[in-house]
Amino acid sequence: MTTTDRTGLTLSGVTLRLGDGDATVTALDNVHLSVSPGELLAVVGPSGAGKSSLLAVAGVLTTPDEGTVTIDGRDVASMSAKDRAAYRRDHVGFVFQSGNLLPALTAVDQLRLVTNLSRKRVDDRSPEQLLADVGMAHRADRRPHQLSGGERQRVGIARALVGRPSLLLVDEPTAALDRARSHDVVRLLAEETKRSAVATVMVTHDQDVLEHCDRVVEMIDGRLSGN
Amino acid sequence: MFLALRELRFARWRFTLMGSVVALIAVLMVLLSGLSSGLVNDGVSGLQRLPVTAFAFDGETKIDSAFSRSIVDSQQVDRWRQQPGVREAEPFGNLLVNTRSSRDTPVDLALFGVEPGSFLAPTAAEGADVGTPDGIVVSQTALDNGLRVGDTVTVDRIGTVLTVVGATADQHTFGHVDVAYLPLESWRRLQAGVGPGQALPANAADRATAVAIRADDTVDLAAGDAAAGTTTVTKKESYGASPGYTAETTTLTLIEAFLYAISALVVGAFFTVWTINRRHELAVLRAMGAAKPYLLRDGLLQALVILTLAIAAGVAVGVALGSLMGGSGVPFALEAPAVGFAAVLLVLLGLLGASAAIVRVTTIDPLAALGEQR
Repeated sequence: MTTTDRTGLTLSGVTLRLGDGDATVTALDNVHLSVSPGELLAVVGPSGAGKSSLLAVAGVLTTPDEGTVTIDGRDVASMSAKDRAAYRRDHVGFVFQSGNLLPALTAVDQLRLVTNLSRKRVDDRSPEQLLADVGMAHRADRRPHQLSGGERQRVGIARALVGRPSLLLVDEPTAALDRARSHDVVRLLAEETKRSAVATVMVTHDQDVLEHCDRVVEMIDGRLSGN
Repeated sequence: MFLALRELRFARWRFTLMGSVVALIAVLMVLLSGLSSGLVNDGVSGLQRLPVTAFAFDGETKIDSAFSRSIVDSQQVDRWRQQPGVREAEPFGNLLVNTRSSRDTPVDLALFGVEPGSFLAPTAAEGADVGTPDGIVVSQTALDNGLRVGDTVTVDRIGTVLTVVGATADQHTFGHVDVAYLPLESWRRLQAGVGPGQALPANAADRATAVAIRADDTVDLAAGDAAAGTTTVTKKESYGASPGYTAETTTLTLIEAFLYAISALVVGAFFTVWTINRRHELAVLRAMGAAKPYLLRDGLLQALVILTLAIAAGVAVGVALGSLMGGSGVPFALEAPAVGFAAVLLVLLGLLGASAAIVRVTTIDPLAALGEQR
């Protein structure tokens, strides 16, 4: 798929209920949202507002109870579990809190693992080149425990992009970082979102970094409100 | 294999620790296998070397003591010779005696009484074949113990003097005692307790322990038993009648079975902890779209690599230690098929233990990758 075929992420009328019986919680309540390729959307809101549920639904990890989720025009809400894993592998990139890198792998191997998973060359940029683009070429042979928090996050971003995803989902990328590094990391995300023409959804608590984002929406009690 | 090999390198001390346990079990397995083969040789190599299909003992004889209790006569031998499918049937005598050699050392012998020139009589590699009255052809191992061709041994109590006339090329032992072949005629006198110069009682003149049968596959052993009034066991079954054989092999088999189980459990326990430790990493991998078969294959290959390395090292050490045990008096024989079988079984059981743990990767929820790192 070339970047021109991309239409980004669309959620319409998505409702997700967690738990069962009397303990049911409505994590997402009739959410409508669309993110275009090359757009960096920030989702802010208090803990428990449903931000992680939004990522889970958009990232094809969870099937919503109601509504549709489309990525590049494809309805992903109704896929089987097996297809969902393959779809995530080929179309969705995740950036986790504090990187969530694999302890056994060097920085460059974190990226190579993605190509090993899908068995096809994906990004035009080689893992080495991608690592250089996020400013980590000099740390390519280091394992996660030898990297700082900001460096881990940079490797995490590069890893999420190796698969040339249509959709990039970012979970609290600055949670473990100081102010200066937080800005660096989010600026990098904004740059890569443009460069890779990927639709990016970033969940964050951090009000400081919102200046780098194209759009900010707030989530409270499972409902979205734009601002 | 991408992740599996890098994890092996990254967590090498943990894997080495577990691998060492498996390697030590493999060492023990090789030593036990050698001891087991050695004991079998010591117990029944005399029977193994006999070109016999089956032994017919007197009817009603209990198999576990058949070689010391059974008595058959020439009539039963003749009946067996007439059975269809039987190529040869000869009387066979078996008697354990204590003797004192001309070098004044005690020598225990398992006397095998055979008709000179019959199919049972061994070919002597040194000296003469069976034929001289009161002349014995001894196992090669008796020479290792200091006996020489030309020596004499005096049978305790009876006083009969036997002369070593020859020796076989290889080990012939029965119940951990060296075999000495002698003419059936001489055997009958010793079996009846008749000393030099005394007359053999008439009823002992055609006795033997069993009918040794060499037969085609078509032979009907049950029909032969009915005709001759005997109880027949195949050569292999007759090993159980060798003193101590069943008890020894059962004990060793039990120890080996326990070791196999321990090995599988150690590997299973290691991979259980290893998999649980990596729950969060595995959730991240699942979220990144790694398929379950990918993770299963990776885990099993990792187990296969560490097991193969550990067991190969253990077998090498075991074989090296085992080769030092030659000539130490311990019954020990390393046999490649037995050692190979043990090694392969250890790998397979290790994989079984590992897969029981690695199967857990399929239950991991990729959702766990979101939120705080645990």
